[in-house]
Amino acid sequence: MSRAGSGSLPRYILQRAVLVIPMIWVILTLVFVVLRVAPGDPVSAALGGKLDQQALDQRREALGFNRPLIAQYWDYLSSVVRFDFGTTFSDNQPVLHVIRDNGGATLSLTLAAFLIALLVGIPLGLVAGRYRDSAADVVIRLFGILTYAAPIFFVGFLLQVYVAKPLGLPTSGAASPITVFTVKPVTHILLFDVFLSGNGTAIEDVLKHLLLPAVTLGLLICGVFIRLVRVNILQTMQSDYVEAAEARGIDRGKVTWRHAFRNALVPVITVIGLQFALLLGGAVLTESTFNWPGLGQKLVVYINDRDYGAVQGIVTIFAIAVVLISLLVDIVNALVDPRVRY
Amino acid sequence: MMRGLLGGLAKPFTQTAGLARWMLVAGLVLTAAFVVMAVFAPWVAPYGFAQSAADGARFPKAGPPGADHWFGTDRLFFDVLSRTIWGARTALEVVVLSILFCVAIGVPLGLISGYHGGWLDRILVLVMDAVFAFPSFLLAIVFSFLLTNLLGGSVIAVALSLTAIYIPQYFRVVRNTTVSAKEATYVEAARAMGASDGVIMRRYLFGNVVQSVPVLGTLNAADAILTLAGLGFLGLGIQSTDAAEWGHDLNRALADAGSGIWWTGLFPGLAIVLLVTGLTLVGEGLNETLNPTLRRRRLLPVVMPARAETTITGEEQQ
Repeated sequence: MSRAGSGSLPRYILQRAVLVIPMIWVILTLVFVVLRVAPGDPVSAALGGKLDQQALDQRREALGFNRPLIAQYWDYLSSVVRFDFGTTFSDNQPVLHVIRDNGGATLSLTLAAFLIALLVGIPLGLVAGRYRDSAADVVIRLFGILTYAAPIFFVGFLLQVYVAKPLGLPTSGAASPITVFTVKPVTHILLFDVFLSGNGTAIEDVLKHLLLPAVTLGLLICGVFIRLVRVNILQTMQSDYVEAAEARGIDRGKVTWRHAFRNALVPVITVIGLQFALLLGGAVLTESTFNWPGLGQKLVVYINDRDYGAVQGIVTIFAIAVVLISLLVDIVNALVDPRVRY
Repeated sequence: MMRGLLGGLAKPFTQTAGLARWMLVAGLVLTAAFVVMAVFAPWVAPYGFAQSAADGARFPKAGPPGADHWFGTDRLFFDVLSRTIWGARTALEVVVLSILFCVAIGVPLGLISGYHGGWLDRILVLVMDAVFAFPSFLLAIVFSFLLTNLLGGSVIAVALSLTAIYIPQYFRVVRNTTVSAKEATYVEAARAMGASDGVIMRRYLFGNVVQSVPVLGTLNAADAILTLAGLGFLGLGIQSTDAAEWGHDLNRALADAGSGIWWTGLFPGLAIVLLVTGLTLVGEGLNETLNPTLRRRRLLPVVMPARAETTITGEEQQ
């Protein structure tokens, strides 16, 4: 990331945006190389045994697999530019429809998880950093390490055995069938639709289903926030301006709150963006653990079907989303912290 | 030489105090326990990882923990304790292999890229940055999807998928250190003496740029355990009859969670948590001692040299 040049904001954004194109190109090429150039025949992997030889050949031809690789590569890149992410092999659906039908569930799960992670992680990190080496610091740090060390599906397993069963909470799916049936799809995102409908029982049902998956995924990222905020507090508390403020006789509590904490929270914005990648990976596991009808679970289903078309399409969309979000985070960061621009 | 090496190894201990040292020691003990379990699995584990009967008697199906089976048995009649212990061996094999691959590929690539610069460097940096920016777990899924289709669900296939996602980190660290180290006077001196590029990289730069690899390796090992378990959970890792794998066992345990069978999931899960915690504590401990912005050195008692007798007497006389 070039930080050279003039410090004007539009120029920085432009420079940063131009970098997105080679980044996406490299990732797309990598996806293509891994999934298409590598030996093995995607069509017979997905459909072998289900169709006869002639039908397989027809499919192969329709998908352009008999053409030279370089032509296939060009087709792939140009169709992505046109927002065409291909079709799945196993159930012959446009990948965009898969995204539309399952993306909403992943979005609501990740948003809820983020909220939980921020609400739990930031205060704990602040306390741990402010009172370094105290008992609270030790407990919070261990908690942070444990949330990182415990795999999502293990936390999910524990919650299912020790929380869901005694409390009678649902552990599978995003809502009861009756809710899905009655709520009118407006945004295609159940969480939003249910609030739009204003149906009390349906809202309760959806939130109950959301609770455990969101806590499971939220705990994963909250460890990252704890560690990050703690380290930032430690570093800002040692900085010259905090010392200067203390030397001027400003009350220590005030110095901590007004001077140290604020500046320690700036990097959190950057890291929120970086966590998006972790979150996507975590979402795949959370969705499988709780049968959550999102993109991650769909991806796993397609992987087990050896559906190269679906895997390639979904991974392509994930890749573009990740790169665009990191662009967005950099821009927000530049708005918040002028030092980034220079 | 030996003394220098021991001194280097002891540095994290001698330079830390209190909490930091305690965490480092706890991490080392935990990690060592798992390594011992992994290495001596055939002797430590009461049964084999895919053994469902002993002395002609079949194990109970999903039997609760008891005298014969301390951790109970699962739905496939396997002994949970044995599978948990054998799981350590699988984890160790995969992680050690993948880190070896990473070092074997990432370090030379980083050295060459950083030393030569130019278009090769630019391309490699771009590719590695793109891989690094991509969600690593998704990348691991894609690679193991491909590799298990090609090689079957073997230890090698999983280790290679992990290698693919961690290489960029080794590449970056080594490349960046090389870029700054190659301008140093000792490298210039070597070049002036007529050393070839190969010799400079092997003899002079290598030793200086690999120093950050151990910390990276420890932290990656923790992450690799989680990724391996995650892949196993999704059914992309190693098959349960080929080896015991914690993630895969947890996947099977999840189906029983509703019926209150807790022992098939709890023990492999705890094994993952403890091993990852151990490795993280070691990595963090090393990081805190090696990273100067976080370091807090132990205060060493300073013994002031006694003043010479003559001066004292001289003062007294005055």
